[in-house]
Amino acid sequence: MKCLVFIKQIPDPDIPPTQFRVDTRTNTVAPPQGSSPAVSLLDELAVEAALRLKDALGGEVTAVSLCNDPVMNVIKKPLAMGADSLILLQDPAFEGGDAFTTARVLAAAVKKIGSYDLILCGRQAGDWDNGQVGSYVAESLGIPCITIVGKLEAVSGKIRAERTVGDTVETVEAPMPALVTAGNEVGRARYPKLRDIMAAGRKQPTIWSAKDLGLDPSTVGAKGALTKVRRLYVEEKAGQCEVLKGETPAEAGENLALKLRELKII
Amino acid sequence: MANGAGVLIVGEVAGRELAGITGELLGVGRKLANARGEELLAVFLGSGIGATAAGAFAQGADKVYVVDNSLLASYQPESYAAAMERVCAELTPGILLMGATYMGRDLAPKLACRLKTGLATDCVALNIDPQTRGMLATRAAYGAKAMAEVDCGTVRPAMASVKTKSQEPLEPDSSRRGAVVPIAVQLNAALAKTQVVNRVTVEVKGIRLEDARIVVGGGRGLGSIANWKSLEALAADLKGAVGSTRGACDEGYCEMATQLGITAKSIAPELYIAVGISGASQHMGGVSFSKHIVCINKDAESPVFKLSQYGVVGKWEDVLPAFHRKVKELLAG
Repeated sequence: MKCLVFIKQIPDPDIPPTQFRVDTRTNTVAPPQGSSPAVSLLDELAVEAALRLKDALGGEVTAVSLCNDPVMNVIKKPLAMGADSLILLQDPAFEGGDAFTTARVLAAAVKKIGSYDLILCGRQAGDWDNGQVGSYVAESLGIPCITIVGKLEAVSGKIRAERTVGDTVETVEAPMPALVTAGNEVGRARYPKLRDIMAAGRKQPTIWSAKDLGLDPSTVGAKGALTKVRRLYVEEKAGQCEVLKGETPAEAGENLALKLRELKII
Repeated sequence: MANGAGVLIVGEVAGRELAGITGELLGVGRKLANARGEELLAVFLGSGIGATAAGAFAQGADKVYVVDNSLLASYQPESYAAAMERVCAELTPGILLMGATYMGRDLAPKLACRLKTGLATDCVALNIDPQTRGMLATRAAYGAKAMAEVDCGTVRPAMASVKTKSQEPLEPDSSRRGAVVPIAVQLNAALAKTQVVNRVTVEVKGIRLEDARIVVGGGRGLGSIANWKSLEALAADLKGAVGSTRGACDEGYCEMATQLGITAKSIAPELYIAVGISGASQHMGGVSFSKHIVCINKDAESPVFKLSQYGVVGKWEDVLPAFHRKVKELLAG
């Protein structure tokens, strides 16, 4: 079983809202001093799902990332978790793209890789939260796509995935090769062991440029994008919380109940 | 499709009624259509849905179309995408909207890729740029810590999916009527590459989270399954439901189906009571359309206070029992 997993390096998702700033000139995040980027959590869950398949069936897992400014110990996390190899797609031409151009680059990388059974990625990345790239890649490659999955099983050439739709859990089947996008339902991603982090540090990623992928630079990055972010901003929260007091925390709790009655909510 | 005109919404039905999102799409769609001086069109895909679809007229649609086909009886990605491709070729809309629902989240990117057009997902506001007459979408990004205004581009139809419970439906006007127009689409069963082989409906105790007027939310801070039961007891007395954070689910305190957040369920109850929840944007993004938010948290600096109308600073173990007792007393009185 050969799995490809798309991962994305994003600004630290745990930057507290109070310290979250954007650069309004470039419409990008200005992370606070000392914060380190991270692999988008749902992509980590995609890696986890791929590794579970590898644990059960053997095979290999390759992580693929479009990333022009990788922080090596971050982007190598899938290797530390147990992936076999890492391919980085880097080119100045990729700058300023959108979900559509990102998918174009990733699909080209998949074609260059050639053989695979399953592609996995997070249902959406924790920066733009678009939730588009997986579907776009599957469409471009002409393979089936199952979005927002939890548990996975590979059975006689088919991938079988659980999806939660409201109060119903659907089991969906598709012939491989296929693409699935991982949801929270995957559960928790494994923590890399120190030994594996060290080993990952010694592995070198493969790096491919637009030219390596046979991509016309005018079809990717800002030039190929269909949408454009006009403005990125932090909304001023009302911040008018009335903190209810009391002699004791218990009394404050009672006062909260009384307040809700006063407002006729309960 | 460079010169599309008209705003087309993809409606959804729930049983024999229009789904809530359909009213919202018609509400925001009407506003966009008026701003562009164009018609508001609605299309429904399904089987035997014509009579239900006609309800879209009263909620603001100028024209209503159905693609009625037994292969569309329930959502199937490839069949629905093929049907919508045909619908777009026939109606050449300038703008295409659908809900960021279980269907829309799957269908919108698939269709956008086929139409090679720009898509903004999970939008909370949509407007027409007076200069370009293109669609501008406002949506949350970075785990709801930031908002982005996205230009949906010049390819037609410009597409957006709309976050549920983010838009106001119009007051229904029963004098608005019309004939539902069928659109014929050639489909065959072989189109379907993905297949649902099993469906298990999880028995929901009490009120569904999405329907609850009051939701009690808990986080990892609850500390144990036994403690979690105190939230369930409070929710039961309030005739409400319990929601959770990712952390609480990861700890196994509750079912994954109770998780609230931008990558989990979104709710808009009358009241959300956040207990031991710090207020991570990822979670709060799923409850931000609640009418009232109150919180109980030991750390006065927690972001949850920024998003709450009323709060109590204290350990939930100290505050919640008294709050619950008082609630019971008030409800009984």
